[in-house]
Amino acid sequence: MATGIRDKVVILGMGCSKFGERWDRNAEDLMVEAFEEGLKDAGIGRHQIEAAWFGTAIEEQHVGKSGVPLAMTLRLPYIPVTRVENYCATGTEAFRGAVYAVASGAVDIALALGVEKLKDTGYGGLPQRGRGGLNNFFWANISAPGSFAQLAAAYRAKHGVNASDLKRAMAHISVKSHDNGAKNPKAHLRNRITEEDVLKAPMIADPLGLYDCCGVSDGSACAIVTTPDIARGLGKKDLVGVKAIQLAVSNGQEVQYDGWDGSYFATTRVAAKRAYKEAGIDNPRKSISMFEVHDCFSVTELVTVEDLGLSEEGKAIGDVLDGFYDASGKVPCQIDGGLKCFGHPIGASGLRMLYEMYLQLNGRAGERQHPDPVLGMTHNLGGFPSQNVSSISIVGRYGA
Amino acid sequence: MANDIGILSFGAYLPRLRLQRKSIAAANNWFAPGLRGLAKGERAMANWDEDSITMALEAARDCLGGRERASLAQLMLASTTHPYDDRQNAGIVANALNLGSALASLDVTGSQRAGTSALATALAASGGREILVAAGEHRLAKAASPQEMHYGDGAAALLVGAGKPVARLLGAHSETVDFVSQFRARDVSYDYAWEERWIRDEGYMKIVPRAIEALMEASGAKPQSVTHFCMPCTLSRVAPGIAKRAGIAEGAVRDTLAATCGDTGAAHPLLMLVHALEEAKAGDRILVASFGQGCDALLFEVTDAIAGLAPRRAVKGSLARRREEANYPKFLAFNDHIVLERGMRAEGDKGSPLSTLYRNRDMITGLVGGRCRACGTVQFPRGRYCVKPECNALDSQDDQPFSDIGAKVMSYTADVLTYSPDPPAYYGMIQFDGGGRMMADFTDVDEGKVEVGMPMRMMFRIKEHDKARGFVRYFWKATPQ
Repeated sequence: MATGIRDKVVILGMGCSKFGERWDRNAEDLMVEAFEEGLKDAGIGRHQIEAAWFGTAIEEQHVGKSGVPLAMTLRLPYIPVTRVENYCATGTEAFRGAVYAVASGAVDIALALGVEKLKDTGYGGLPQRGRGGLNNFFWANISAPGSFAQLAAAYRAKHGVNASDLKRAMAHISVKSHDNGAKNPKAHLRNRITEEDVLKAPMIADPLGLYDCCGVSDGSACAIVTTPDIARGLGKKDLVGVKAIQLAVSNGQEVQYDGWDGSYFATTRVAAKRAYKEAGIDNPRKSISMFEVHDCFSVTELVTVEDLGLSEEGKAIGDVLDGFYDASGKVPCQIDGGLKCFGHPIGASGLRMLYEMYLQLNGRAGERQHPDPVLGMTHNLGGFPSQNVSSISIVGRYGA
Repeated sequence: MANDIGILSFGAYLPRLRLQRKSIAAANNWFAPGLRGLAKGERAMANWDEDSITMALEAARDCLGGRERASLAQLMLASTTHPYDDRQNAGIVANALNLGSALASLDVTGSQRAGTSALATALAASGGREILVAAGEHRLAKAASPQEMHYGDGAAALLVGAGKPVARLLGAHSETVDFVSQFRARDVSYDYAWEERWIRDEGYMKIVPRAIEALMEASGAKPQSVTHFCMPCTLSRVAPGIAKRAGIAEGAVRDTLAATCGDTGAAHPLLMLVHALEEAKAGDRILVASFGQGCDALLFEVTDAIAGLAPRRAVKGSLARRREEANYPKFLAFNDHIVLERGMRAEGDKGSPLSTLYRNRDMITGLVGGRCRACGTVQFPRGRYCVKPECNALDSQDDQPFSDIGAKVMSYTADVLTYSPDPPAYYGMIQFDGGGRMMADFTDVDEGKVEVGMPMRMMFRIKEHDKARGFVRYFWKATPQ
C-alpha cells in the first residue's frame, strides 16, 4: 500500500536566477546562476549529486533536446540526467522526478533544474510552436491568453457575474501581485500598478488585457533534495520537507465529453484533493500558510483558488476583493509576485514557486517574509483549461 | 423516359460580406475616376477563409439538405478558380460531404461556361443516375479595374437525375467559338479583357441568339414560351437585346443580381437558374444561357414537384444573409493585393503532412467523430477508447458526422495576440446538440456579438494557407446560425 511522499524527502538547497529579459545571458548562464546558488545553499559539491532531472519545454528556442545540455553545462559526472517536459508544469515535473528518486532509495541526493530562455523570439508573448502533426490540422487557432480568457466567459455564465465585477476582481489580483513583486529583487517586473492601469490596458484576448497576463521572461531555478537523515548529517536544521506532490492530467473529458462547463480546472480539483490527503491536510483554508498558483493570467488565479478549495465555488471574487489573498491577508497568494511579475520561463516556473516557499519557510524572504509559515503550496499548470496538466506541491516544516 | 431527366434539387451560397462599390470607387477615384459610373450597389466578397471549394460545398449542402446521399453517382465541380491544378477539387468537396469513395467525380474548368457545360453534360450523362453539379467562383481582379466592380464571389449547386424533377430538361444546345472576350493564362492571376462594344456586338449578340435558335428548334419549343431567361452579362442592356433578337418576352429577362451580388463567373448562370427556380411555379419555362468562347443554352420546364421541395437558403436566403463591408483595404488584404505587415507570428511553418491528412481525412475533411455502440456517447474526435469515463470501451465507435449538427457556444474569446488574417480571432468551445464538443475557430461573426449559449452551425473553411508549399488546409469552423 502506497504511503505517499510526506516527509520522506527534504529540500537540501535551492537556487533561482534573476528572472527577466536577460539579453546578455544564454540559457546555460541562467542554469549556472541557479545551480551555483543551490549548490552553495546545499553545502555539497557537484560530485555528490547522483541523479538529475532537467525541465525545459520550448527547447528549440535555446538548449535543444535531452538531458545532455544540463550535464554539459554543469559538468555533471556521468550521472543519469532525464529531460522532462509537461507543458508549463515542466518545473514541478522535474522536481517530482528528483523527489521520487530519493524517496525510492535509489539515490541519496538528486537535482531538479528548470530553465527557459524565451526572449530570443523577436516578439512579445510565448514563442509560436506547432501542436503536433494531426493537431495542426484541426486545433483552433488558440493562443495561451485566448484559451484561458474563455474561463471568464464560462465563469460569468455559470455564476451570473457581470463583466465589470469579474474584471475588477481580476484587476485586484494583478495589483496585489505587483505589490508583492515590487519587493522581490529577483522578479522581472518590479513596478506597482493600479486597478485603473489594469482596466485601461490594451486588450490581448477578451476579456484579458495586458495586465491580466503574466510576463514573458528568461530564468532558471533548481532544487537539491535528499533524505531527512542525510540532510541532518550535513548539518542542516529546520528542515523543509516535501509533504505532497500530485499531478492530474486531462484525459479528454473536458474537451470531448459533456460534463465540464469551462469555468474551472477539473484536473486541479482532483490533484488538490489528492495532495491534501497525501499531506494530511483536512482544511486547507486554515492549514495552508501561503501559496503560489499558476497565475499565467489573472482569471486563472481567480478560478484556481476555488479549485484548490481555498475559496468556495462562486465566492472567489469576494475573497479576492476582501484581500484574503493579499500579502497581509489570511492566506497570501503569490507572495513573491507570481508569474505575473516573474514572467514564465516555462521549465523554471514550478521550481521558482517552490523556491519562494522554501525561502519563506526558512525565514529568508526579507521584506516579503510571512510571520509564521508552516505549510506552503504551489500550483503549477500546463496546457489549456480544456486539456491540461495540473500539478500541486506542498512543502512545509519537516515533521509538522 | 428522357423527359423525366431534370433538376431534382438546388442550392446556393454567397459569402456574407458585401463590399460596397462606392467604397471601391472612392478609394480609386484619384486614379480611375471613371469607375464612379459603376459605383452602385454591392458585390459578394469572400471572407479570407473562403474559396471556390468552400463556397461550392456550402451550395452543395444547401442543395442536398437532408437528402439521402448514398444514391449520388457523380460529383462535378465547376470553376475557373479551382484552388488546385493537380489534386482533384471535386474530391475535396466529396470528402467534406462524406459521399464515400464509390463515386465518379470531375473538375470542370476553362471558361465562363464551365458551370453550364457541367450541368449540360450531367443531364446528358445521367441516364437516371443522380449527379451533383456544383460551381463556385472566387476571381481576383486588379485594383481599379471594371472587373473589381463587376465580379462577385459565390456558388450554386444542382442535383440532376430522374424521377420527379422540379424542372424537366426540354433541351440543350452548345456553340463553341474561340471568341476571346477575356482570358486568364496559366500563372496569371487576372483577367485580360477586350473592348466591351466588340464583345457585345460580335460576341453576345451574334453567338447567343444562334444558340437559342438552335435550342428552340431541337426542343420544339417557342421562344415566346420562356418565362425566365437567365443570362449573365456584366454589360448593360445585352440580355434584353438578346431576348428581343431571340423572340423572348422582355418581362422574362431576369435580374443578373449585379446590384446585390455581382457576377460570380462560371457559377453565375447556375446561380441565376437557382434564383429562377426559387420563384418559379409549375409550367414555367426557364432558359439559362452562358457565354464564354461560345454559348451553352438549356431549357427547362418547371413541374408540380417544385411545390413539394423543402425550404432552403438558396439565393434569396443567401442575399438576406449579408453584412455590409465598406473597408476596401480589407478586401485588398483578403485577396493578397497588398503587402501587410502580418508579424512574426504569421511566419510559422506547420508543414502539411499528407499521409497524416489521408489517414484522418474523414475526421479533418468530413468532420466525422464517433458514436459509442456500448454507451451511445457521441464524441469528436473519435478515440480508440470511448471518452465517457464509465465506459472507455475499446474500438466501440461508429461514424458520427458532426457537420450538420447544430451547436451552442460554451465559452469564447476574441484573441488579438494569435495571428489571424482578420483579427481578432474568435474561437471557443462549442457543445453539439445531442452531445460532443470541440474547441473551434469561429467565422463570419460580428465583433461583440458572440455570447455563451449562442446557436452555431458548422462550415467548411480554409484553416490555413501553407504558403511554403502552396497547400490549402481546410477544416470546419463554427458560425452563428
